Parts: sequence; C-alpha cells; structure tokens
Amino acid sequence: MSTIALKLRFVRSGSGRVGVAGSLLILALVLFGPFFAPHDPAAIAGIPLQRPNGAFVLGTDALGRDVLSRILWGGRSIVSLSLLATVLAYLVGTAIGLVAGYSRSMVDALLMRAMDVLLAVPPLLFLLVLATGAGRSKVVLVAGVATVHVPSIARIVRSATQEVSVRGYVEAAVARGERTAAVLRREILPNILGTVLADGGVRLTASIIILAAVNFLGLGLQPPAADWALMISENRDGITLQPWAVAAPALLIAFLTIAVNLTADAVARSLGTSTERKRVAR
Amino acid sequence: MSETALSVQDLRIELTSGEAVVEGVSFSLAPGRVLGLVGESGSGKTTTALALLGYTHPGVRVVGGTISVAGQAVTGRRESAVRTLRGRLVSYVPQDPASALNPSVRVGDQIGHMVRTHAPERDVDTEVTRALELVQLPTSTTFRRRFPHQLSGGQQQRVAIAAALVCRPSVAVLDEPTTGLDVVTQSRLLAELEPLRRELKLAIVYVSHDLAVVASIADEIAVMYAGRVVEQGPAATVLREPRHPYTRGLLTSVPDPHEPRHLRSIPGVAVGVGERPAGCAFAPRCPQRTAICETEAPPLEPVGDTRHVACFEWSRTPSLSVEARVPGALIGRETAPLLEVERLRAEHKGRDGTVLAACDVSFAVAGGECVALVGESGSGKTTIARCVAGLHPPADGRILLDGAPLAPLAGRRALAARRRIQIVFQNPNDSLNPRHRVAEAIARPARVLRGLSRRQADDEVRTLLERVRLPGRLAQRFPGELSGGERQRVAIARALAAAPDLIVCDEITSALDVSVQAAVLEVLEALRAQLGLALLFITHDLGVVASVADRVLVLDRGFVCEEGAVGPLLEAPDHEYTQRLVAAAPTLRA
Repeated sequence: MSTIALKLRFVRSGSGRVGVAGSLLILALVLFGPFFAPHDPAAIAGIPLQRPNGAFVLGTDALGRDVLSRILWGGRSIVSLSLLATVLAYLVGTAIGLVAGYSRSMVDALLMRAMDVLLAVPPLLFLLVLATGAGRSKVVLVAGVATVHVPSIARIVRSATQEVSVRGYVEAAVARGERTAAVLRREILPNILGTVLADGGVRLTASIIILAAVNFLGLGLQPPAADWALMISENRDGITLQPWAVAAPALLIAFLTIAVNLTADAVARSLGTSTERKRVAR
Repeated sequence: MSETALSVQDLRIELTSGEAVVEGVSFSLAPGRVLGLVGESGSGKTTTALALLGYTHPGVRVVGGTISVAGQAVTGRRESAVRTLRGRLVSYVPQDPASALNPSVRVGDQIGHMVRTHAPERDVDTEVTRALELVQLPTSTTFRRRFPHQLSGGQQQRVAIAAALVCRPSVAVLDEPTTGLDVVTQSRLLAELEPLRRELKLAIVYVSHDLAVVASIADEIAVMYAGRVVEQGPAATVLREPRHPYTRGLLTSVPDPHEPRHLRSIPGVAVGVGERPAGCAFAPRCPQRTAICETEAPPLEPVGDTRHVACFEWSRTPSLSVEARVPGALIGRETAPLLEVERLRAEHKGRDGTVLAACDVSFAVAGGECVALVGESGSGKTTIARCVAGLHPPADGRILLDGAPLAPLAGRRALAARRRIQIVFQNPNDSLNPRHRVAEAIARPARVLRGLSRRQADDEVRTLLERVRLPGRLAQRFPGELSGGERQRVAIARALAAAPDLIVCDEITSALDVSVQAAVLEVLEALRAQLGLALLFITHDLGVVASVADRVLVLDRGFVCEEGAVGPLLEAPDHEYTQRLVAAAPTLRA
C-alpha cells in the first residue's frame, strides 16, 4: 500500500470523516472568520446584553460589543496557542525521552526523576503558580501548557527508544561508529514516531481544554482580548438576559474538542490497524 | 491396522478474498503412526494443521474437502460441535510454548482445565498425574503449583504436550514443537514422543520445516509447497530417493554434522499466497521444467507402490548426491592471525549482580578462515561476538586486529578497525532499519567507513546486491517488503559495503527455514572464495558448523571446553559436553 493511502486511511471511517470535516470547518472559521466580522471585536457597538436582532446577529455582550465579531476573532488564540503548546511539548518531550532512553546512565535517572516531579504537580496548580510568578503573557501560557505535557511524552519516547535501541540496525550503526546524534536521528527517531504521535490528537484536545480553563479562570489571556473561553467568563453574569454571549463560545469550544478528538481517534485507529495488518501478513 | 485415526480428503482452504491457501490436500494416518508435514514458511502446513482441529485463522476458511478424526467428521460442523472434539479426539501443541501456556495460571491447573472441559467424568488429579508421568515431568504438588515462567523451555513444551494428551486424544498435531529448543532438549523430547505413540496408539501429525528433525520421528512424510502436497510416501524412501525436485532441494539444503557437505539450496524464493503461477507452483524454481509445467498444475499421482508425486517430469529428478566438503580448503597457508582474542572475560551487570558471560576465552582467526563458536543459549557465544564488534566492553583480556589492540567500544576504535570488522545479527526482522530503503542501508557503511561519494556508493549497492545474489530491483524496496532470507542477505551486503576483512555472523540463519539457510550459507561460501573473507561464525547448530567452518570452539557456560579443526572434532569429540551436542544433533542419516 502506498504511503499516502496509508496516511489517509483514517478518513475512511464514518466518525473520522465527521471529525475531519468538523476540524476543517473550525479551521476555516478561525482563519477567514475575521474578514467577515461586521464590527471591531473590541469596539463598543451598542447597548450591552442585547439578544440577537437585525443589527447584531448574536446580540451584544456585557460591555455592548458585537458577539458575532468576537466569536469570529476569538478562535485564533485558542487554536494557535494550543497547537503551538502541543508542538513545543512534542519537541521538548521527544528530545528528553530520546536522550534518557538511549543513554542508560545517570543522565537517564536525572532526567526521568525531574519528569516525575513535574508529573506530580497538578496541571492547573502549576499554571496558576506560573501565571503568578512569570506574568500572563502568551509565551508563558504556551510554555506552561507545553510543560504539562512534556513528562508523559518523555516517558513514552523513552520506553520506545529503549525498545528500539537494542535492535540490530541500531547496533550496526553503533558498530560502524556513527555519532550519537546520527544514531538517534537516522535509526531511532523514524521508528518510534508512529508510537509517539499516536496520541498527538488527544494531547491537542487536552491543550485546548487546559487553555480554555486557564483563560476562563482569568490566569491566561486578559481582557479586552477576544477569546472564546474569556467570553464565557466575561458574560456569565448576564446569562439570563443574553444566553448567546455564553452559549455561542461554549458550543464552539465543545465543537472544536469533539472534532479534534474524532480525527485523533480515527488516526490512532488507522495506525493500529496498519501495524496489525502487517503482523497478520507475516 | 485397518482403522484410520485421521483422514483428510481433498482439503481446500481459502482466504476470504477467494485465493487458495491449501488445495487438494489428502492423507490418512493409522493409529500409532507419525506423519511429518514438511514445507517452507508459507507452504500452508500450519493452516492445514490447524484445519485438522476444525480451526482456521481469521480471514481464512475451509471451503472444500472433508476431515475426519477417528471416524468423526470435523468439517461441516458448527463451531460448538467441533469444540467438543478438540482435546478429546484431536489436540494441538503450538510452536512457541512460552506463549502457548497462560502465564498467570499454574501448570497443574492448565492441564487440569483440559480434563474439566473435555472429560468432566474423569478424576482431574489422577489424569493430571498420569499426563505428567507420560511426558516425564515431576508429579509433585510443588511442580504443579509452578507458573510457566518458572520452567525451562523444554519443560514448558512438555507441559503443553501433557495438556494436549491428558484427555487421551486419537490424534495430536504438533506444530514445530522443538523449534525454540536447544538440540539436546530437542532430541530428548523427540525420543520421548516414541513411547507415547506406541503405548497410547497416538497418531501424530508433526509439522516442521526441517527434514532432519522429521527424519528422526516420522513414518510417513508429506512435503507441501504452495498449498499442495508435492510428494508423499514412507519417510525412509522419501528421504533416500526424493522424486520431486522440491523435496530433493530441501534435502540438499539440510546440513549434517556427521558428514560435512556443501549445501545446495533451491534457487529463487517460495511463492506466497495469491502470487502462485498458473501451472506448477514450483516451475519458476525448477531446473527440469518443461512447457507443460507452466500451464498445467501436475496432479499428485502414484509413483511405485507407496509413493505419490506431483510432477510431470519426476522421472528426470536426479538421484540424491552429497557433495562432501573439506573444512579448511579455503584458507591460504601460513597466514598470520587477523584477529586475536586473548583471555577474554565478559560480564553482564544487572540489578541482581554480575553474571559471567565468558571467561578466559582465547582464540585467533586467520585471514580467510572461518572460525565457529558453538554452544547452547547462555554459553556466552553472542557476548563474545559483541565484544569483537565493539558493542560490549570486555571485563578483562584483549582483542587484537593484526597485532594491534582494539579499544573496547566501537566508537573509540580507529576508522580502519571499524571498517575491517563487520557484524551481521541474528534476527532478520530487526537487522535492517524498516524506514530505510535497501539501497540506503547498504550505501551508508560505504559512505561512512570508506568515504565513497553518493554516486560511487550507488554503484557499489548494485555490485553488492549481485554478490549476495539478490536482484537489483530490490534496492528500492523497504525491508518490510522482503522475506527473512532476503533481509539477511541485505544485512550481509551491508556488512560487505565496508569492504571488511572479517564478518562476525551472530546466529544469522537460526531464524530462517532450512532451505533459506542453505541459500544464505551458499552466499557466504562464495564470498569467502571470491574475497578471502574471514568469518567468526556464531551458531548453536553443529550441522551448520560442518557446512561452513574450518575451526570450531565449543563453549559451555562461558568456558571453552573444546577447540579444533571441524572435521576431526565432529567425528571424534573429546569433551563430554561436545559429545552430547554431537549425539543430539539431528541428522538425515538413518
């Protein structure tokens, strides 16, 4: 089977299709939505807490800003920051796991104990302390969310590395005197990537949820930024008067996590079946 | 005896896609007889064996023919009906005892479970005791309360056999039951099967790819190729005068410790399911094919009184001849030692302390010479190989190349030293990086160790593939698309790419079928003759030693217990341990 067909097999399942379609829809909304925003998302455009009407399709929020415009702008932060955080987590976690798994010395013990310490701290508590200590910039937010993922990624990478590093082709590379970096990059990394990335989608979902929670709690992005989670937090007092200012961003966050999760599940399933099929063929 | 324990008529098994896995297989077996079902991987022998129990792997089904055991039909029944036959009438001993036994159930309970399920009227305790006695295991409560991981491989396999026999079936299907065992345990187990079938009147179907093993136990042999039986008859005549060219090829592939011989493999690769040609499936590999072979499949027809052969040209099959090999013939005279190992000591440091792997091991390999290290698992032979290749630091002693001491680890060795010693590993499944194409795998050492340019390395790849007798088109394939034998030949080509003086071969054929092993060993033999390569050959198989090596060191638990030229040592071993190994080695000689 060609590589492309293998990569796209996950689209074949029903839930996979729904997931991919949903993810693409959200991506389109986030990328192109701002061009269609009728108002400046930060500008006060009318009377606060209006229900949907002719002038404001989704009504106005507690400060009188257009909810539709804020929705169209507000996905960018959560999608981009969670993607960034997840990618960063994979880069750092994979590097740590590779070095720890391959070294089998004090380096391994030191790195993994450090990971254990991180793992022992509850994520939200960690982010709370981080926000208090290092400020509430986007950089801190991304770094913080990434740090939450790093230990578990490092652990998976480490055990996959240990398994692969005793294979003949790795030993052959060692025996011909390849530098450690070359062994890790050429021989080990390509062979553990499947295992490591299998739960990438689930981690992305987790990043979205953590980011939403942090923003909702006011520990992340600050007003007047347009952000879905922040919108829920800002408008929840007026929920009886103008439910759409809370419901619309909440529904979109739910839609985003469900779509990403369905895609991730389908991808993981197709990875699973492809390895299984190979085994049966042997 | 007129009654039949097992009868198979015109069995046909297909994939759900409709491609035949097994076609037109028929045989019958009287009580107390042993049928050896022989063939390479992919010949359909295990599928046939499982069908005897009314079982097929998912995606495979029996579509035609009948199977009956002790007069009861196995085919054409519902799963629940077949299930009552299993264990009581027919039972199965799978290949790998370590995975056949449930690791979390005590061995006594595993055997007892068979009684409870299939013969609830009998007393569990007495039946289990009897079964353990049959396979010569202790019957004590302590033994029964052990878990499978607390037993040796041989004991595990005996437990699996005891569980298969506890309900006194008429037929036992043994699927390569000795493949994972060392030779001494293997020969003991084979000897123990003998009284079982005599006393219990047990009919045994013994599945194996190794004719030498089958020769020691079978009364009749059915040779399978590409899902069909190609030759069938009494064991002695099939082994002495094969009539099918495939059977003959299998026989010339079998090494024999008692008479060193040149192995002659069957050219080409076994065809897989779904790629079988229209005519005779063996035709593409057959030296005596004619036009009709390519269009029409030969039926299995009687030849002589007792034999059946599926070949149009069977009368042209040459008689079996053995090309005797003279060990040492390839070494030049008075060559200085290339590699010297002096008083090597190697250890494995684990959590529970240090385990001695090799102690006081000294030997030398001359240029162009093949030295074999022989021993059972745990004898330290692989660790010694890894020390030579610079993958395991010795605890003590020296390794010298051309008189100059080598650093313990490869990373510290000079480029020339790394280039001149290459290693090929045991497991063909992990000796090549699955993400690198064959060309990439072979080109890398040529570029890193010989400094060749990309273009020069590409040319080298083509030459090397030819050297190991692989078609050039394989260069663009990934290892997953190759067979085990092809992968191992690519691994040899990768070692050759460094233009080495010595190749360390660590059990390179132990995971391969006998016929594929012969092809790999033939390649090595030719390489030695062409390039004057020296080999350090690690193996547990004395037959292989007789076919490739000039000198041999026998290792027992890390110590060298005997050393000498291959011919005299195998003929008249001095050390008691070597004598046991030689006596246990399977042979085709009656």
